[in-house]
Amino acid sequence: MSYEAVIGLEVHAQMLTDTKIFCGCPTTFGAEPNTQTCPVCIGMPGVLPVLNREALRFAIMTGLATHCRISPYSRFARKNYFYPDLPKGYQISQYELPLCEDGFIEISIDGQAKRIGITRIHLEEDAGKNIHEGAGNWSLVDLNRAGVPLMEIVSEPDIRSPREAVEYMQKLRTILRYLGVCDGNMEEGSLRCDANVSVRRSGETAFGTRTEIKNINSFRFVEKALEYEIKRQIREIDSGRRILQETRLWNAEKGVTEPMRGKEEAHDYRYFPEPDLVPIVVPKEWIDEIRASLPEFPDAKKERFLSEYRLPVHDANLLVSEKALADWFEEAVNLGGQPKAVANWMMGELMRLLNEDDVPIERCPLAPRYLVEMLALLENGTISGKIAKAVFEDMYRTGKRPDAIIREKGLVQISDVGEIEQAVTDVLSKHPHEVSRFRAGEEKLLGFFVGQVMKMTKGKANPQKVNELLKEKLSSGT
Amino acid sequence: MGTYENVELYELTVSEASALIARREVSPLDVTKAVLRRIEAVESKVRAFVTLAPDRAIAMAGSAEKELRTAGRAGSLLGIPLAIKDNLCTRGILTTCASKMLSNFVPPYESTATSRLLESGYVLVGKTNMDEFAMGSSTENSGFHVTRNPWNLDRIPGGSSGGSAAAVAADECLAALGSDTGGSIRQPAALCGVVGMKPTYGRVSRYGLVAFASSLDQIGTLTKCVRDAAMVLNVICGHDPKDSTSVPSVVPDFTRALGDGVKGARIGIPKEYFVEGMDKEVEGAVRGAIGRLEELGARPIEVSLPHTEYAIAAYYILATSEASSNLARYDGVKYGRRSEGRDLMDMYLKTRADGFGPEVKRRIMLGTYALSSGYYEAYYKKAQQVRTLIKNDFERAFTQVDLLVTPTTPTAAFRIGEKTADPLQMYLSDIFTISVNLAGLPALSLPCGFTSDNVPVGLQFIGKHFDEQTILRAAHAYEQSTDWHRRRPAL
Repeated sequence: MSYEAVIGLEVHAQMLTDTKIFCGCPTTFGAEPNTQTCPVCIGMPGVLPVLNREALRFAIMTGLATHCRISPYSRFARKNYFYPDLPKGYQISQYELPLCEDGFIEISIDGQAKRIGITRIHLEEDAGKNIHEGAGNWSLVDLNRAGVPLMEIVSEPDIRSPREAVEYMQKLRTILRYLGVCDGNMEEGSLRCDANVSVRRSGETAFGTRTEIKNINSFRFVEKALEYEIKRQIREIDSGRRILQETRLWNAEKGVTEPMRGKEEAHDYRYFPEPDLVPIVVPKEWIDEIRASLPEFPDAKKERFLSEYRLPVHDANLLVSEKALADWFEEAVNLGGQPKAVANWMMGELMRLLNEDDVPIERCPLAPRYLVEMLALLENGTISGKIAKAVFEDMYRTGKRPDAIIREKGLVQISDVGEIEQAVTDVLSKHPHEVSRFRAGEEKLLGFFVGQVMKMTKGKANPQKVNELLKEKLSSGT
Repeated sequence: MGTYENVELYELTVSEASALIARREVSPLDVTKAVLRRIEAVESKVRAFVTLAPDRAIAMAGSAEKELRTAGRAGSLLGIPLAIKDNLCTRGILTTCASKMLSNFVPPYESTATSRLLESGYVLVGKTNMDEFAMGSSTENSGFHVTRNPWNLDRIPGGSSGGSAAAVAADECLAALGSDTGGSIRQPAALCGVVGMKPTYGRVSRYGLVAFASSLDQIGTLTKCVRDAAMVLNVICGHDPKDSTSVPSVVPDFTRALGDGVKGARIGIPKEYFVEGMDKEVEGAVRGAIGRLEELGARPIEVSLPHTEYAIAAYYILATSEASSNLARYDGVKYGRRSEGRDLMDMYLKTRADGFGPEVKRRIMLGTYALSSGYYEAYYKKAQQVRTLIKNDFERAFTQVDLLVTPTTPTAAFRIGEKTADPLQMYLSDIFTISVNLAGLPALSLPCGFTSDNVPVGLQFIGKHFDEQTILRAAHAYEQSTDWHRRRPAL
């Protein structure tokens, strides 16, 4: 019997606004507990929320980028429940009238495009954090995160496999990062994912009973948790049991999903319209203005890189995965860098160095201009490819211009035939034994001679000329 | 100096005291000291206050004097001693909402309304008693003590702003701020014989007003006369970026229209407000007042507000729904009272069981029920629809008339303990005031007579949205033609 999985994702994205959604407190991550709070975000009596316009703008941007309809009239609602990290005893969220509805994200599976529907995107506030540590019979509450703006992005149950789920998450993350509205860091919790999963026999149209999987805090776990849960549900059905509609937690250590304990009772959140905030009315002019300010999105950019710069698909995919990477590339190309050469240096040396130092491209210490200058020096033969690698790393580390590095270290390539000839002659006379072996047919020794010449010239000799001269001298027998 | 031309300084109105201070004929310290002496003399009988701040009052009066001397500034409320209902947050001063839950709560912030009073140089004499979290109509629901009606110490002062109304009536302050969710300013004003004004919803910022029912709560004034209401409103009204529901419209000088009279004004008399079985003395006083308005040139017109009978039901769904959510924050975690428990749930249950009084619990339960899944449509949604109908009733009426005149309450002040066993009877004392909150309209109550046992009767004026001026003008004209507002209780 074959089964099909039906998956819908609820993604919470922390927005990169400077201040919280309903007060002026900063949103900086990792500050001392309860230092980024005020009477509003800790829910003191009598204080009132005021909507952060930037958070609204970010949510509208996201709605437009995912082809949603932006509601001209939407409103906030209170979601009521008691928990120590929820200072007001309710979360200000949206319920009946969300800000964005009916959009989609296009993903690519084995070269095939597939649309995943977006049911809604709404604004809400984050809760604080309970801290359970120390020996005492108590817990602590840190409210720094309380009131940080979140977007909840709810997909349609259009996802059919864990791989599609990962593709969807990555595409969504790319879009959010392109917009600059969320840093997309799942490990730090700025992007969180809950999954609704059910399975059904292939060909059936009705949905099976679903479970909700929480605590999926990395891209790797999206795939693993879904794979596990789908297998578990199929196993249950095959052995004649029924799926319970329940919330389950992904346990990364054990690699399993487990029923959530402690909070089993179904909550009645008693949603009702938030009377402290007026309805959100978004004028059409503002939507148009935001639409006009949106950046070029990855799909369009990729097409352009393919046609305009004639890049291979692999290169284009990689370069558009981050807006900052694509921007770096285009800046170099616009300064005269040959596109494929720029792409090669970026995907090779630059990525290697950034990865080694764990520095994101946004904080890349090397300016595109220097790569272009270096490429010119390489092209006109001032430096060899081998030296270029050293120069590149030096530019990256020191921030100096390539010509300065070459001058200071005396790295200019020796192309003068006389100078190289002298070195070749010296090497051959130092190694008569090897010369005889070469002449007896052991031609792979050429590499040895080249190495010796390069060593003698400290790598500066033009390798092509060295090769030519060696071959000439060795075959002439003098 | 305790008197001016043989008038005790504590008996002055805000406008009189303000003029005397501006002319340097009396000093802020004189007025404040007189009021503090008055409090000392009568407070043990009236018990209008939860917290008194005499030292601070003296210091504030001192600063007012200094300001008068150095800056030469005489703001309208400079050096005027006022009382503030204890659900308005005052920085550094206990703010309890008359609840054990907040018996230790000292806010680190100031409400916008009192910030504006501070800017105008007022003197805070104390925080007044109220029904716990403003839930009640008699101030008997205070978690601390019962406040008495200065006209008859065996009677209730009304509520929930009963402390503010009693303090003004007893001359323990020159005026006071209160809050009105379903009549909580107007009803006690009527029962204590003072002027109570609830401006349009959105006129006064609610920032720092401890919420009972956010869509209905509005801060207003309790004063000795209509002019004082206009003067205090001039200070506290206006848009506040900290309250999204405060309206960004221009605030007129409310004292301007006073004295323009009511000649030609069309005053609507809603027939649903004169019902079978209403107190004859109250009805008589109100009919008498309508007659007086007519003599002054107003034109009474009978109008109908057909959905009035549903107002109390809709109100008690909406107000309790909002309250059940607004009061969730009192959970023992962050501030206020905490009762220790075995675990989190036990701590929550004990804290809320010990911290809230019976009426607050009753309303939290009602509201929680009304919002529950499966009931939301039948209760909350339906009540919102009724609210719209009530709003429409008023809008229709206001196409025919300039303002409405009604009794403020169905009866005069009742005896302490008389209705505590029957919450429904208690709820009915707001029957004439509640619709105004549902519609968000401005309304004022002022004295229009006394019963045979010498307790005051109130007359209510209801105006169009943001048309406080028409109310104040008519009320002022009526007041100036009577001497009800000059009478003082014998304490």
